[in-house]
Amino acid sequence: MTVSPDLDRRFREAAFTLDLVDIGFDVLDSPIGPLFVAASARGLAAISFQTDPEDQLERMARIGGPAVLRSPRSVEGARRELDEYFAGRRRIFDLALDLRALPAFTVSVLHELARVPYGETTTYGALAARVGRPKAARAVGTVMNRNRIPIVLPCHRVVGASGDLVGYAGGLDRKITLLELEGVR
Amino acid sequence: MMHAVAIPPFEHFYEQHRVEVLRLLRRRLGAERADDAFQETFLRALRAYRRLEHGEHLRAWVLTIAQNVALDALRRATPTAELVESGAEDSRPAYEELAALTDGLPPKERAAVVLRYGYDLSYDQIAAALGSSPNAARQAASTGVRRLRRSVSS
Repeated sequence: MTVSPDLDRRFREAAFTLDLVDIGFDVLDSPIGPLFVAASARGLAAISFQTDPEDQLERMARIGGPAVLRSPRSVEGARRELDEYFAGRRRIFDLALDLRALPAFTVSVLHELARVPYGETTTYGALAARVGRPKAARAVGTVMNRNRIPIVLPCHRVVGASGDLVGYAGGLDRKITLLELEGVR
Repeated sequence: MMHAVAIPPFEHFYEQHRVEVLRLLRRRLGAERADDAFQETFLRALRAYRRLEHGEHLRAWVLTIAQNVALDALRRATPTAELVESGAEDSRPAYEELAALTDGLPPKERAAVVLRYGYDLSYDQIAAALGSSPNAARQAASTGVRRLRRSVSS
């Protein structure tokens, strides 16, 4: 015996509608592969290229609480904006973000990162300077590597001082694809 | 050293127990009415989930919630149904340890006593299982214990 897809869907919808979900997630298709996307009532909490929920759900529970549930409705806004972005019809994301459980330095770097415009690149050192820590390029690199909300927080627009792409938590291929999508290179 | 069992993300809890919950509800209510009861069971569990203190006995907990949701549905359908009887028959999963001792108690008191003293759950958790307030759960457990004492001593 199994729980029918319809019954399963109705439960997940009701849970969302009644506001009982701490963090809702779903796995979305995209041109750079499937994306694990998670959001709380505060906003988008995570995007990951690691889509196996086993790896992700405990992490989500630590951010928002144990009521973590797959809930397509929770990530509807993110799905729409990501689709528009990948179709080349969106340059700025209007999504609220949930940056709970991140260190203050990380949050300030991510705020600066969010201001790097579509289709442009900056460097780790320049970003460090903009948060008032000009010598912290390496620490900024670590923040980029652990960026909880890639794509929307555009760590793919950050490159090495010499113009090298350097690295990307999702793999360099994805970084190149995103930059090409935005008309860079 | 004892460590409290971590509370799993609700998605894992739901995936692990949903088939068993649906099976229980179908047995009690029939396939048609089981669907609504299934949704109600997991919504009750989800409502209480943030207040859980540990992740032990979650199976007993959710099956007790399902029992009580089924009981409520039966009560609505047939207001004269004898609750003591409907509570006794399918209650094995949640009641196995204290089953014999608490057999004569009304269903809510029985559930409260077993969950409190058999499984060491908090009154918040028991309240979710019973669909009542924590105070009502506490009262049901203490009334049940008093009733047991009387029946043992008489």
